[in-house]
Amino acid sequence: MSANLNFVVAYPEIFVLTAACVILLVDLFVSDRQRIVTFLLTMVSLLAAAFITVQYGVAERVITFHGTYVADPMGTVLKLSTYGATALSLLYSREYLQRRGLFKGEYFVLALFAMLGVMVMISAASLLTIYLGVELLSLSLYGLVAFDRDNGIAAESAMKYFVLGAIASGMLLYGMSMIYGVTGTLELSQIANRIPGIGLNSLGLAFGLAFLVVGVAFKFGAVPFHMWVPDVYHGAPTAVTLFVGSAPKIASFALAMRLLVDGLGGAVEQWRPMLVVLAVLSMAIGNVVAIAQTNIKRMLAYSTISHVGFILLGVLAGTVQGYQAAMFYTLTYVLTAVGSFGVILLLSRQGFESDALDDFKGLAKKSPWFASVMAMLIFSTAGVPPFVGFTAKLAVIQAIIGIGYTWLAGVAVFFSVIGAYYYIRVVKLMYFDAPVDNGPIQAGVALRTVLSANGLAVLALGLLPGLLLDLCARVIS
Amino acid sequence: MSFTEILFYVFSAVLVVSALGVITARNPVYSALWLVFAFFNSAIIWMLLEAEFLAIILILVYVGAVMVLFLFVVMMLDIKVEELRAGFTRYAWLGLPIALLVIGEIGSVVWVKSQDDKALGLSSVASPAAYAADYSNTKALGQLLYTEYLYPLQLAASILLIAIVAAIVLTMRKRSGQKVQDIGAQISVKAKDRVRIVKVAAVQPETGNTVEGQS
Repeated sequence: MSANLNFVVAYPEIFVLTAACVILLVDLFVSDRQRIVTFLLTMVSLLAAAFITVQYGVAERVITFHGTYVADPMGTVLKLSTYGATALSLLYSREYLQRRGLFKGEYFVLALFAMLGVMVMISAASLLTIYLGVELLSLSLYGLVAFDRDNGIAAESAMKYFVLGAIASGMLLYGMSMIYGVTGTLELSQIANRIPGIGLNSLGLAFGLAFLVVGVAFKFGAVPFHMWVPDVYHGAPTAVTLFVGSAPKIASFALAMRLLVDGLGGAVEQWRPMLVVLAVLSMAIGNVVAIAQTNIKRMLAYSTISHVGFILLGVLAGTVQGYQAAMFYTLTYVLTAVGSFGVILLLSRQGFESDALDDFKGLAKKSPWFASVMAMLIFSTAGVPPFVGFTAKLAVIQAIIGIGYTWLAGVAVFFSVIGAYYYIRVVKLMYFDAPVDNGPIQAGVALRTVLSANGLAVLALGLLPGLLLDLCARVIS
Repeated sequence: MSFTEILFYVFSAVLVVSALGVITARNPVYSALWLVFAFFNSAIIWMLLEAEFLAIILILVYVGAVMVLFLFVVMMLDIKVEELRAGFTRYAWLGLPIALLVIGEIGSVVWVKSQDDKALGLSSVASPAAYAADYSNTKALGQLLYTEYLYPLQLAASILLIAIVAAIVLTMRKRSGQKVQDIGAQISVKAKDRVRIVKVAAVQPETGNTVEGQS
């Protein structure tokens, strides 16, 4: 084994790929009634992957596979959170899928491959690996969104996602080719080394950078490249929406970190203004348009767009503090979003999606506990103390003020206040309106327990954010 | 002009003609066959560029597999060429300037003489030295793919796998009244299940009556 092929650091990827292939094969020999075996195998694989990731985690940055793979502490933490997000979303969606005849082995295989794509992006050290990771993730997600194949709306949103995703990949690839043309290398660390020699005024560099930022913005779903987000969130089966809203967000953050910070960190003055525009537009459009929504999945989609604006704020700070804040924001946002979609899944039944805002009316009378869980999640998303969303927003705004962009911090706070209206409206519907739907909650014990823990975690992290903040500070420095 | 250059110009000319054939042929089957011919000529040009592995792969994969499949599809679908061509004059005003622009761009890259080293003119790039006669392109590619590009290669393979899985998930389903082969049953069939020998009582010839009638 040569020094350039260090397989040990890539054990998590190797394991997940092998596990996904084994599950694909095992699933063929399992009858429809025993499909739960596939589900359990997937869960065990996730647990084992987490164990392997911790066991072979690196303390220092290691680049291997001839400069295509990087292992670093940030990657380890992001990968662990990805497993967590995937496990939670699969756990929440099991009953939903079973009730709708979507509980098939391929669902879990596609989810595992999507997760592998996320891991590849997290550990990408070259433009080539980044692109392959993006494609692996996107292809699996297109398949998942269209999974309910007889549903016209799902098929339509999958088609939109596919076409717009292809455009985004094209943009990303075009930008990469420009950067490769200018720097003569695909390796991100080499690109970072060569940028000072090329000079920031190079036309090719600016051109490539612009296309890369567009590609990243598409994948993030930042305004004005957000058109696919509401349609995909609304059209896909809720279980898939939950998945699309969780692990891929971590991937987008990793994509921005690897591409813009690791590779093009020297050109921060060039990409900062672009991200400022994206962030301000995302916060504005996301928060304002969300007010007009009557479908909670669509509302959460616009809410995602506004949160993406916040994550971009942290990245554009261009300081270690900013990256830490963005990472903290991403991780806590994913935790909160998973919980919110989990509540929608909890309330859904056979033939009842529970995705209209009105379906939440009077939830407090029907189930006081889950109404309070949802309220905690919603308050956290809105950024109300003492929930974790507040700490995350605070960290990002501190980072922004740290680089002297006080006006931008003001804009962020202003739009957060606007956003609070539609979040608190959900709480009002749950507590002060008479129930419209009187069907019982059918969810099983596992879903109830984990979802409750999810809601409490948002509160606990908000009260004691130090642990996660320290972790983020330790892995990005 | 060396022999290689003459070969290059001959095959390039044929390639251009066949490419024009692809877009001007009225019958889609002819179009597909022109495309096969174009692939074949490009393969030869690659061969001249010492990229023999790519040349062979182009013939094997594109001509041998993709185009044959394409021909099947073209023959099975009822494609109305006139409908496809209906919008030609309507969009020509948009297409023509774009085509001219692209031709101009290519021309400027190929013919513009380099003023300094940074220009994109062809003369600014030195032509690579030819490899020795025993140089193996296939071996070099293989060595790169399985060492330096091992990780991307495996990822590309996973992407293909997931494409297959997703395509099958989205298209395969159990439909009622479908006529499918049961291969197991076909193989385990016995001769006596296939041929049923039925004793049929011999039919008495009715010739007797006619004989009687005649007599």
